[in-house]
Amino acid sequence: MFVKQISVFLENKPGKLSQVTDILEKNDIDISAISIADTTEFGILRMIVNKPEEAVAAIKAEKFPVSTTEVLAVEVADKPGGLNLALQTLNEAGVSIEYLYSFIKRNGKRALILFRVEDPEKAVEVLQSAGIKLYTTEEINSL
Amino acid sequence: MQWNKVRECMSRDQLRSYQFEKLKETIDRVYHNVESYRQKMQERGIIPEDINSLEDLKLLPFTTKQDLRDNYPYNMFAVPLEEIIRIHASSGTTGKPTVVGYTRRDIANWAELIARCLTMGGGKRESVVQISYGYGLFTGGLGFHYGAEKLGAVVVPTSGGNTRRQVMLMKDLKTEILACTPSYALCIAETLEEMGIKHEELNLKAGIFGAEPWSDNMRKELESKLGLKALDIYGLSEVIGPGVACECMEQQGLHIFEDFFIPEIIDPITEEPLPEGERGELVITTIDKEGLPVIRYKTRDITSISYEHCPCGRTHARIEKLLGRTDDMLIIRGVNVFPSQIESALMIAGDAEPHYLIIVDRKDNLDSMEVLVEVSEKLFADEVRKLEEVRRKIISSIYTTLGINVNVKLVEPHTIERTEGKSKRVIDKRKL
Repeated sequence: MFVKQISVFLENKPGKLSQVTDILEKNDIDISAISIADTTEFGILRMIVNKPEEAVAAIKAEKFPVSTTEVLAVEVADKPGGLNLALQTLNEAGVSIEYLYSFIKRNGKRALILFRVEDPEKAVEVLQSAGIKLYTTEEINSL
Repeated sequence: MQWNKVRECMSRDQLRSYQFEKLKETIDRVYHNVESYRQKMQERGIIPEDINSLEDLKLLPFTTKQDLRDNYPYNMFAVPLEEIIRIHASSGTTGKPTVVGYTRRDIANWAELIARCLTMGGGKRESVVQISYGYGLFTGGLGFHYGAEKLGAVVVPTSGGNTRRQVMLMKDLKTEILACTPSYALCIAETLEEMGIKHEELNLKAGIFGAEPWSDNMRKELESKLGLKALDIYGLSEVIGPGVACECMEQQGLHIFEDFFIPEIIDPITEEPLPEGERGELVITTIDKEGLPVIRYKTRDITSISYEHCPCGRTHARIEKLLGRTDDMLIIRGVNVFPSQIESALMIAGDAEPHYLIIVDRKDNLDSMEVLVEVSEKLFADEVRKLEEVRRKIISSIYTTLGINVNVKLVEPHTIERTEGKSKRVIDKRKL
């Protein structure tokens, strides 16, 4: 029920991000979601890609610190209140969110949001019992 | 095991009378053969006959690197140039290099010293010894080379650089003893990881690392990554080169070879001798050197001395692992800081690699210190919060060690320059 996310440590300097996208292009890797958390000195680039293992190996080979994290790909209705339903559900269950960002791709009228939560197992349980769909890596790749 | 048991384990009384005899000879020689020593002694109203005991050594004037510069290149040599068979020179980062000369006997003595050091590391005739110190004007490479040959070891003179090839040879030739700078040893350890070679696949038994100060924590790291016993060797070209002192397997200080050198510890400011155990500047007098004898040479290295009995059986005094140099010492807001202390603080903070760079600056008349630390794979976390926590931990560890607050900046791996010789740890931008 989890999707593999890649995180890369980047110094806050011009050209750093494009070095990583360049590696991905050379390895023919497709990005389906991307976000950057930044501080004044460094940033953490987070991505969902179609070939995570290959991406990790290629980025590692260029000496960037990289790690993988399991995140939830949550389907929400693309209308007012769509995201709120998912957030309310997590809130009621007392699951706090570390961060979230959205997918580039959509599934028809539905949007996809990536969640990194403190208690992933519990989040899966409460979201599914509220009838909210979670995507697997395969499902995302086939969109 | 000692290379020269008679000399290395002689009783303190015997040693002292031997030292006195050799000291007399040396003073006599420099007084008559080296103009600048004679002048300095005359200024103090001292003649060689005034030296009647080892304690009288302190009547003699100090020698500094500046004296060697002022007498560049040959004027401090105590023998005619035809007796000299080798020249080495120190890296002259400021102005002219320091040129040192060796007679045939000096080269043989130096080889004796290195053979003792290699024996301390368990070296034998059948040991494969890889010398990854630079060969050339730097004393490291050739100094070790002659000593390893004297030992009768299987000498592999790889010099520095081309690390992947070094590693390949190390594995294939079954190197047992590695001699290089500690920072290059770390570079070799990283290359092993990159090449996917485990240290269990190698035959390394001991590393003899020197030419720059390094911490006990770095020792632990090198020992676990390379699977060897890491020993510290000390030396400086003005005195002879590497082999002035070396650690035995006890790793409780470096035995200074007192049948060749008389050590003293002085207060670097007042120049007064300090008692056993107190830290100060190491001063060395050579008592068995022909080409370039030095009298009370101020090494600028900070250490302490111990005459306590060592379980290894050697009677020669031990100096504490070098803490830093009087000229590496940074004074930040009035606090004395040695780069090696930052290194220890990083290791204590956890998984930080000892790759760091200290940048000192002065803003609005206040010293500021920033430490760049590389983020290793182990250190990296997906969350900003956790990385900030790592940073805070390093800051607090440095605060605990030095009592000053510094800024710590996390940088990508391999962005701090790696050197294959001595490493640059400090950039001081202050304009005073």
